[in-house]
Amino acid sequence: MNKKASFSLLLGIAFVALLLAVMLTSLFYTPYDANEMNIAERLQAPSAKHWLGTDNFGRDVLSRIMVGAQTAFLVGLLSAVIGLVFGFIIGTAAGYTGKWLDELLMRGIDGLLAFPGILLALLLVSIFKPSMSQTILAIGVLSIPSFARVVRSGVLQQKEAEYVKAAKGLGAGHLHLIFKQILPNMISPILTTAALSFSAAILIEAALSYLGLGVQPPDPSWGRMLNEAQSFIRKAPWFTLAPGLFIMVTVLGFNLLSDGIRDLRDTRQ
Amino acid sequence: MNPLLDIRELRLELQRTRKESVAVLDGLSLSVGKGETVGIVGESGCGKSVLSLSILGLQPNAMRITGGEIWYKEEYPLHDLKPRDIRRYRGSEIAMVFQDPMSSLNNGLTVGAQVTEMFRLHAGCSRAEAKERAIALFRKVGLARPEALLKEYPYQLSGGMRQRIMIAIAISCNPGLLIADEPTTALDVTIQAQILDLMRQIRDENDTAIMLISHDLGVIADMCDRIAVMYAGQIIEEGPVDAIFEEPRHPYTIGLLQSIPAPSKKQEKLFSIPGTVPGLAERQSLGCRFAPRCGMAVKHCYTEAPPLFGASPGHAARCWLLAERGGQADAIVS
Repeated sequence: MNKKASFSLLLGIAFVALLLAVMLTSLFYTPYDANEMNIAERLQAPSAKHWLGTDNFGRDVLSRIMVGAQTAFLVGLLSAVIGLVFGFIIGTAAGYTGKWLDELLMRGIDGLLAFPGILLALLLVSIFKPSMSQTILAIGVLSIPSFARVVRSGVLQQKEAEYVKAAKGLGAGHLHLIFKQILPNMISPILTTAALSFSAAILIEAALSYLGLGVQPPDPSWGRMLNEAQSFIRKAPWFTLAPGLFIMVTVLGFNLLSDGIRDLRDTRQ
Repeated sequence: MNPLLDIRELRLELQRTRKESVAVLDGLSLSVGKGETVGIVGESGCGKSVLSLSILGLQPNAMRITGGEIWYKEEYPLHDLKPRDIRRYRGSEIAMVFQDPMSSLNNGLTVGAQVTEMFRLHAGCSRAEAKERAIALFRKVGLARPEALLKEYPYQLSGGMRQRIMIAIAISCNPGLLIADEPTTALDVTIQAQILDLMRQIRDENDTAIMLISHDLGVIADMCDRIAVMYAGQIIEEGPVDAIFEEPRHPYTIGLLQSIPAPSKKQEKLFSIPGTVPGLAERQSLGCRFAPRCGMAVKHCYTEAPPLFGASPGHAARCWLLAERGGQADAIVS
């Protein structure tokens, strides 16, 4: 496919690459220790010394944003993987076998969808102790329905395709049909969904952490930083701005990326 | 000679609702000998494709074999095998070539991946060995530059090439029976001739039996030893190719042959059989299924369904017009 990559795809890649670079850099270098407090320098405005200023404990905001990116990516990636794996299994089982199993699974998925996402996440993390892994699990469960639906519709469409019937007629087994014939033709919707669910996961994580139910201190999280910053919004607006901006750029980046992938693989044009 | 494929009184029903079902194929008997080419002709909707699919257990989910038997090589009851067991015959013993080569290859996979899979699946070959065999196979079916072809995707190839590839895949494991469901319908005439030549060559080299489904009587006449004419889920006439073309007995067959355009008939309006194939539910009535469209129907045709009557050795038709000439033809299959 030699179609020109769309503007949104390029912008999406640029944003995601930037964040990836920030996240990877933070693994071995941050300007300051992200958790080092320095009361003497609390709530400083951005300066050459602290590019994004300092927070109410005098911690360097840039360093915390950088380390927070790790949390965001970890949550996004793992929850997307959870959603993908279970969504794929459920979607394939429903679409491929059809009949009552399809009804059963999809009504279950509908039920999960009908529940407001953030409420379900709140429920899950409040049953267990709030922590990073609970957050990931909750968000992962939340993203199962979208994957399951995308996979199911893809399977339904593909399974009636002539080449699938031809392969069946030549002796191919179910696993071969699913993984070798059907799956390769569903990669693009799955990737699109994955990118979307990645950004949704980061947003939900931020929301949960903002409510104090997500990632627990001292792990830095963008949502948590927003929560801490809101009391100082008049005194130190940069403190709120920084995590907010990063959340926005990340979500925007992944959404653009998802759009771009879809456009790129769209054969209708 | 023992038939390779023996279909006896096959009845296939479509489950309409939970309680109601209608017959799609009804009392259908057909046999195909080793190395023999049998043509199946008939209008759209007469059950040709479903027949070929049901041999491999690939009929749509709502359809079920409710009567009759399908025997392969006299030992394997295809009508009675579990899905798991029938899979072993697909591709290795009985292979199928579908109508539209544009959609029967997977555009998401390279040609190589789809061909070598057959060797790996049925013959248990290694990757390298499978690739070698695929290249040899491509040469055999007349595909140029086979090595490069393996790395290409189906959408990069022409219809003729794709159908050659489909045929290559189908014959890769030397099946005893090749079912070709309108293999040339989607191709233009020159390519059509090439594909038919290829099939003939395969039949002669490997002694493969071919079941050729088509509504193109020219193709059938060209390729087949025997012909079965289907109408509304039944075989209404069956016989050697010469007998059918020169002495058709069933009014439907006669009509079919008359409707072939020919240069000599240039000025005339093309003949067509009036009416359409009866719907599935309308076939339940007592009489001959063709009677409402038949120019020669008499009262009797509407009240009682005709059995197969023998016309000459190996030639039989399901029509009361033959009743006086011959007795009931039980032994026509031989």
